[in-house]
Amino acid sequence: MSELEQRGVRPVAISVDSPEESAALCEKAGYTYTFLSDPKAEVIRRYHLLHQGAGVDGKDIARPAEFLVDTSGVVRWRNLTEDFRVRATPEDVLKGAQLLP
Amino acid sequence: MTNQEKVSGDGKRKWNWRIWSGFLLAVAVVPGYILFLARFPITRNTPWASWLMFAAAGGLLWTGIRRAFANPEVYRGKVVGPILAVLSLGAVALFAFATLYASRQLPAAAGAPAVGDKAPEFALADTNGRMLALSMLLSEPMPGMQAGKPRGVLLVFYRGYW
Repeated sequence: MSELEQRGVRPVAISVDSPEESAALCEKAGYTYTFLSDPKAEVIRRYHLLHQGAGVDGKDIARPAEFLVDTSGVVRWRNLTEDFRVRATPEDVLKGAQLLP
Repeated sequence: MTNQEKVSGDGKRKWNWRIWSGFLLAVAVVPGYILFLARFPITRNTPWASWLMFAAAGGLLWTGIRRAFANPEVYRGKVVGPILAVLSLGAVALFAFATLYASRQLPAAAGAPAVGDKAPEFALADTNGRMLALSMLLSEPMPGMQAGKPRGVLLVFYRGYW
């Protein structure tokens, strides 16, 4: 991820986890980038990424997706995985980052 | 006599280690994937290593059960072997279901922002409780040693940590 940051791309992770839960994950995994909390899945809904009832205890969560957004707010690259086990690699994202002006 | 095997000295039948090691190997596939192999994309995305483990387990169970039926006076396992084989098939079914079906049951997200669309604005709390807006993330200098504005933001929506 730091290669992304070196290229001027700021990673921002979003889920329904609370700030406390995300802080615990960051500490455990050593992540230093920004984690945002969307507990009612409002932003997840705004992005049409809702996965109803798929979380623990039937919680609404996000289906996995990545969007590379340029400084004018336009999406330049996105990844909508068909299998939540398969995630975009940093290399995929870096290739997408070449699409940034 | 076609039986080439020798009964052990005290006349007791031999423990059929193949059916047990085959079974244990099959049972180890699911936790082995979750706890270890899922950490590496090469073994996570298409879990070939896990399927190899199942194949090895199947080989052990097959040869062990065959021995038990061919030489029941030498090897134990005529009853236990098939039971362990059925249980192992249960582990195969569980793994196949989870990796070939369950993980693909994702909503299509047809309305999600496409390339060329504006990313919807939002403001959410970070791990310190501070509200951060997308417009702010795109215009403020990146945290850390970077000087100057970012060229872009990578929004990573994920399922959550549990």
